[in-house]
Amino acid sequence: MSRPQPAPAERRSDEGGTEGRSARMFQGIRRSRRGGEPTVVPEAEFGSYYGRPVLKAPVWEWKIAAYLFCGGLAAGSSVVAAGADLTGRPSLRRPCRIGSMGALLASLYFLVSDLGRPERFHHMLRVLKPTSPMSVGTWILSAFGPGAGAAAVAELMPARVRRSLAGRLLDRLARPLGISAAATAPAVASYTAVLLSHTAVPGWSEVRDELPFVFVGSAAASGGGFGMVCAPVAEAGPARVFAAVGAAGEIVASRVMEHRLGLVGEVYREGHVGTLRRASESLTAAGLLGTVLLAPRSRAGAAASGLALLAGSALQRFGVFEAGVASTKDPKYVVVPQRERLDARAAGR
Amino acid sequence: MSRNRLSGPLDDVAGDAGHVTHPPRVGFFTDTSVCIGCKACEVACKEWNSVPEDGLDLLGMSFDNTGMLGANSWRHVAFVEQSRPTGRQDPGFDGLPTGPSGIPDTADAVEPRLREAPRGGSELGTSPLPPGGPEPQELGMPGFDRPGDLAGADTRTDFRWLMASDVCKHCTHAGCLDVCPTGALFRTEFGTVVVQQDICNGCGYCVSGCPYGVIDRREHDGRANKCTLCYDRIGDGLEPACAKACPTDSIQFGELDELRERADRRLAQLHDLGVGEARLYGRDPDDGVGGDGAFFLLLDEPEVYGLPPDPQVPTRYAPSMWRRAGAAAAAFALAGIAAFVGGRR
Repeated sequence: MSRPQPAPAERRSDEGGTEGRSARMFQGIRRSRRGGEPTVVPEAEFGSYYGRPVLKAPVWEWKIAAYLFCGGLAAGSSVVAAGADLTGRPSLRRPCRIGSMGALLASLYFLVSDLGRPERFHHMLRVLKPTSPMSVGTWILSAFGPGAGAAAVAELMPARVRRSLAGRLLDRLARPLGISAAATAPAVASYTAVLLSHTAVPGWSEVRDELPFVFVGSAAASGGGFGMVCAPVAEAGPARVFAAVGAAGEIVASRVMEHRLGLVGEVYREGHVGTLRRASESLTAAGLLGTVLLAPRSRAGAAASGLALLAGSALQRFGVFEAGVASTKDPKYVVVPQRERLDARAAGR
Repeated sequence: MSRNRLSGPLDDVAGDAGHVTHPPRVGFFTDTSVCIGCKACEVACKEWNSVPEDGLDLLGMSFDNTGMLGANSWRHVAFVEQSRPTGRQDPGFDGLPTGPSGIPDTADAVEPRLREAPRGGSELGTSPLPPGGPEPQELGMPGFDRPGDLAGADTRTDFRWLMASDVCKHCTHAGCLDVCPTGALFRTEFGTVVVQQDICNGCGYCVSGCPYGVIDRREHDGRANKCTLCYDRIGDGLEPACAKACPTDSIQFGELDELRERADRRLAQLHDLGVGEARLYGRDPDDGVGGDGAFFLLLDEPEVYGLPPDPQVPTRYAPSMWRRAGAAAAAFALAGIAAFVGGRR
């Protein structure tokens, strides 16, 4: 009867060990027990079908978390690039334009290769569907991409091409195209929060009020941080301001988000995800301090602070992503809040 | 234009989706009180729809060898063993040498290893559990002694066996359909929800959009799969394969309005018979998904069958989420502008 388990055909987002949160459940009512550690949330009592999850765990891989970071970086650095262009800061403008396109290309790679049928990626362009954040996001990226890409190509043109007619034209168009990318960037930075929250996944759905602010903060911190890493101190002033505002916003929004959560807050605090999120906050806070204290004086300090902000932003995305995945694996995050909602409604009648 | 396009009751589902003239909405009423757990529905569904085989192992969960709905299981018969009678029934076990149904033993054997499974066990259910966890336990299955012979009279309990055939709910407001970015998922003229396999690019958004954990991406194939309510059959005036095969009419197919009336009558009948725990699930158009096209009569809380007690379509919060995202986007843009305007020294 025991058949050898077939080798997994595709790697999925949720592979790897689960934490020791052993909620013991089966049909009928059982108590979920956590090893005696004190928690704010009273222990949940709930029914389930042999402890099976109610929801499907997301089929998205780590690539989607990586996309969340790269998309934010592309948006943040395109804003810095356009600002640098308009205020005459060429050594800030150039790396940010190129970085924005690089992050965008990485984003597209992550998005397309995560599809079950990557060769059909263009089916996303069949429709524009307001109820699907992924469809809306496809069109946001389609609006963002050409400007960000063209501005970067204008920076990368060899002198010979630059002198040609097409090269001169692109040179002239680089500014308006860069500005068009920067104008779309706020949408690129914020829609990904709706992308995650517009699901039945408790860990993503229940943070819907704060997640957009966490994500735009993270995008600004990474974009500004990238500018600090690449540009000389004298030109990187606005990048520092942008990064600092973003990092501060990210830390505050992330704290508020975690504080407000009920039972599902566990997946944000405990285990692997908790470690990721604590590391993210430490790096972002250190990057913020460095941005304010060191970056205006020292090139090395600016680079270190920028790298800390980039790393903090990336870990933030992975933390939120994996928190959602973890929340689908245990039926209690679905059953307990819904049962409470039903009971509250019944009591209100 | 109807007021409840994102959530709440919706009278004309197919019309709302753009079908100008269309047949009445159809669905399933699954009366689990008469389900005998024969799994003919599962077999008929697989046969008719050419759904791939995905394992035939007993999972240590009573006679359930399907686990849960997924890309390769469009019907799933759940088996629940409980130490209590149904309604005022007398199962007569007090006078027989019956023992406990083995429920705690079963759960203890299954649950720790579920936690070790790649997707917490939400991957297709018919695969065997991953190796590791506690040692295999003797569950007494199959047993050749009379139940309880080995345990003694003091361990005798009442017993009932709940069986239920689960299926895609074909929601009035379908989370999977709303989030599909390619238009592969669509609302048919019958008000059902179907994936067009030639369009789906396997983005996986529907998997996370479904509040019931029904739809999944098929491995090796990469596209999303779920119950079509036999779109090909009902278009030709036939009933879906599962309903056709059901020997007790636990699965009833028909026009949704009529099914709802029938379910209300059956519920009243069961309540009269003293089965006070009978309840309808997914019948109410005021619930979080605007009512299900496939709804159920259950004999216990929904979560006991692996169903969410109060599912909501994620789209319900779409307007407020986009408002928050808009505010965040504005803050991001302002920070960018302020950084350069303030920094121009």
